[in-house]
Amino acid sequence: MDFDVIIIGSGPGGYVTAIRASQLGLKTAIVEREALGGICLNWGCIPTKALLKSGEVYEQLDHLADYGLKVEKRGFDFAKVIERSRKVAGQLNAGVGYLMKKHKIEVIEGTAKLEKGQGAPKVVIALKAGGSRSVQAKHVIVATGARARTIPAIGLEPDGDKVWTYREALAPKSAPKTLIVIGSGAIGIEFASFYRALGSDVTVIEALPRILPVEDEEVSKAAHKAFEKRGLKFRVPANVKKLTKTTAGVSVEIEVGGKSETLQADVAIVAVGIVGNVENLGLEALGAKVERTHVVTDSHGGTGVPGLYAIGDVAGPPWLAHKASHEGVHCIEHIAGLAPVNINSPIPGCTYSTPQIASVGLTEAQAVEQGLNPKVGRFPFRVNGKAIAAGETEGFVKTVFDGKTGALVGAHMIGGEVTEMIQGFVLAMTLEATEAELQATVFAHPTMSEAMHEASLDAYGKVLHI
Amino acid sequence: MPIDILMPALSPTMEEGTLAKWHVKVGDTVKSGDVIAEIETDKATMEVEAVDEGVVQAILVAEGAEGVKVNAPIARLGGEGEAAAPTPAPAQAAAKSEPPKADAAPAPSPPQAATPAPVPVARTDGQRIFASPLARRIAQQKGLDLTALSGSGPHGRIVKADVDAAQPGQAKAPAAPGAAPAAAAAPRQAQSLEQMGIAPGTYDLIPLDGMRKTVARRLTESFRDVPHFPLTIDVEIDALLAARSKINGLLEKDGVKVSVNDMVIKAAALALTRVPEANASYSPEGIAMHHHADIAMAVAIPGGLITPIIRSAETKGLAQIATEAKDLAGRARDKKLKPEEFQGGTFSISNLGMFGIKSFNSIINEPQGAILSVGVGEKRPVVRGDQLAIATVMTVTLTCDHRVVDGAIGARWLAAFKPLIEDPITMIV
Repeated sequence: MDFDVIIIGSGPGGYVTAIRASQLGLKTAIVEREALGGICLNWGCIPTKALLKSGEVYEQLDHLADYGLKVEKRGFDFAKVIERSRKVAGQLNAGVGYLMKKHKIEVIEGTAKLEKGQGAPKVVIALKAGGSRSVQAKHVIVATGARARTIPAIGLEPDGDKVWTYREALAPKSAPKTLIVIGSGAIGIEFASFYRALGSDVTVIEALPRILPVEDEEVSKAAHKAFEKRGLKFRVPANVKKLTKTTAGVSVEIEVGGKSETLQADVAIVAVGIVGNVENLGLEALGAKVERTHVVTDSHGGTGVPGLYAIGDVAGPPWLAHKASHEGVHCIEHIAGLAPVNINSPIPGCTYSTPQIASVGLTEAQAVEQGLNPKVGRFPFRVNGKAIAAGETEGFVKTVFDGKTGALVGAHMIGGEVTEMIQGFVLAMTLEATEAELQATVFAHPTMSEAMHEASLDAYGKVLHI
Repeated sequence: MPIDILMPALSPTMEEGTLAKWHVKVGDTVKSGDVIAEIETDKATMEVEAVDEGVVQAILVAEGAEGVKVNAPIARLGGEGEAAAPTPAPAQAAAKSEPPKADAAPAPSPPQAATPAPVPVARTDGQRIFASPLARRIAQQKGLDLTALSGSGPHGRIVKADVDAAQPGQAKAPAAPGAAPAAAAAPRQAQSLEQMGIAPGTYDLIPLDGMRKTVARRLTESFRDVPHFPLTIDVEIDALLAARSKINGLLEKDGVKVSVNDMVIKAAALALTRVPEANASYSPEGIAMHHHADIAMAVAIPGGLITPIIRSAETKGLAQIATEAKDLAGRARDKKLKPEEFQGGTFSISNLGMFGIKSFNSIINEPQGAILSVGVGEKRPVVRGDQLAIATVMTVTLTCDHRVVDGAIGARWLAAFKPLIEDPITMIV
């Protein structure tokens, strides 16, 4: 046995799992074909946040007068904006390297393939430096993540020039004057928000009846309105028939309400979903079940193949870094015989647009569908003292409680800094709080978080400041 | 310096137990080795000996208290000559959180008002019940007693899933891996006896002790969750009876007497070595093929039953099996078995022959793959060739867990067992 555990993929699922494995005294190796930290650190969560901050600060300049400030001349250096984003990614990538060293985790750079081994599958790595290396461990955890879904048949395929996925959108040479974003999930909306902030003319196309379709309907509506106020354009619901590259840029043929329309732009970003990186690993040959580009796993990440586990994006939705880390830690603790607590931890979701959107648990519609007879509370930031003082009066907090038991089953927020505030509700749900605990919690004044308190009171007709 | 005496763990897996009896009272002087209390777990009663010397200053957990957590202080000992604490901590039986709403499930009044109701006052150790707010509310709405539940959350915290699992008619949620095993069967019935037409005062209520709760929980789970089926066969035991008298004649000087059951144990163990597939346990990770035939024998004891184990019975002679079986059964009746003596067998035998039962089906003793039910040996007409003859015949039934022991495996096991019984000399080859 070369190792106790080999982890394939060093994204937030893989590298966190490796650290935990090392803490548990397991001899651990991690295989990475590209860059430590995976998509999240290098081409996802982190660099986009850097870009969005630049955009947000720049856009704020439009409102300086509201704060009694003025600036003589505004402008941006796009290359510098991108450079900052790459630097941030680079810093974190180096940080993961340091963490691997600190925890004595062997990093094997190369592309892994699984073969039948002794007990657990054998991992054969085509090394980046050339040659190959075969390693055998007691346990193998596949954490290969996911990538952007493409639909070549209708032209939804990146060419690195005029058609982008998140990857190209993160480091282009210049900001497009006109941009079409296909797909209004978190990724599509964040890029739309960023490029709009830098002045691009952005149109977002969504096939489902509303943007941010996984969010609560009220949040979707409010987001739509807020984005339109910022000058974003939408085609909802609209089906993309065909994307064609032209000399000037792209031409996207869509169908809206039975009518055809053709949109022109310099660039199109394809953000129509995610597919798991399940190919060329030898998963099926070992007997692992792959369904719709995801490895089928049990509640501990087990694949049914002895010694083979899968966690994170490759094991299915929601495709979120924090879900991958959580699953990975659970999986490795299970492997180590620790019997991790298997509570059904709620997983929050955040979109870092302007305004921000954050949610956890059931939407109001889902709660109704599940027969929970929900009690719903709302509180707008426009009457929250801190929000008024900060000039962040857009948006609201919405709470959904089980009508019978009073359990908080969902929370939905839109507005400034709500991605930081959502943790309060996540913690409440994880601890199985009811309205009584939320109402009895003392919220600091003045904070925007007070809206969370008020929304919890409102669900039971006890709201104070309306 | 007062010393707290803590609730001991009688086995590595024990998490809580019942303080069955105090042998000391406040003011008594104890010395190291004195028996001070009896602790009852699922199946055993064990004596607690004092480790330190001193005067009992306080009894912190009342006699009969259930669900006392391991390592909770149960009594306080003062140093020699130290005066008893002026205010001994009262037994905190009353310090109990949220009694279940009586309207949902009124407990039938016990016949004698003087007898305290067998409400599990638990947490007599004064510890708070760790339960999530939601679990508390659901328990209150359903009239569940949280003290009767054990939690699957972090550090045994009772969470929604645990109270949901206690829902009437709802299958028990599979315990989270590594979660504390439920201490007691969740109350399945939502209705009280009174609601089901049994008038209060027309019966005596015997509180469920640890063993009864365990029997109820384990057998309910097994019968409900294990796909089981019986295989029945007749075996002639005239040769076995003859061999037994001969053996007992030889062993008389040693004071050992071999019973039919001892010979059944031996034959069963040998049959398991010949058909090892029947010596197996199902687990989600795979089928465990046991290396030895550890035969658990059901022993009826006051208030229930227990299954002490003859370990590696395939390697033991009849005299040794007889001696061990007698010793284990005796100590089982006195509730003096150590946990390792009744936990972890690989195959069970239940014998009701002494009651004249002809044949019966036992319930699988999880995680064992099979259990043998042994009926009475009696003279019955048998057909030999085309002639009617008389033979002493015993009917045995093998109940199999179909997840590991398929019909053909069970049948092969019986086919291996039968000749060993019918021609017992083959047991020594």
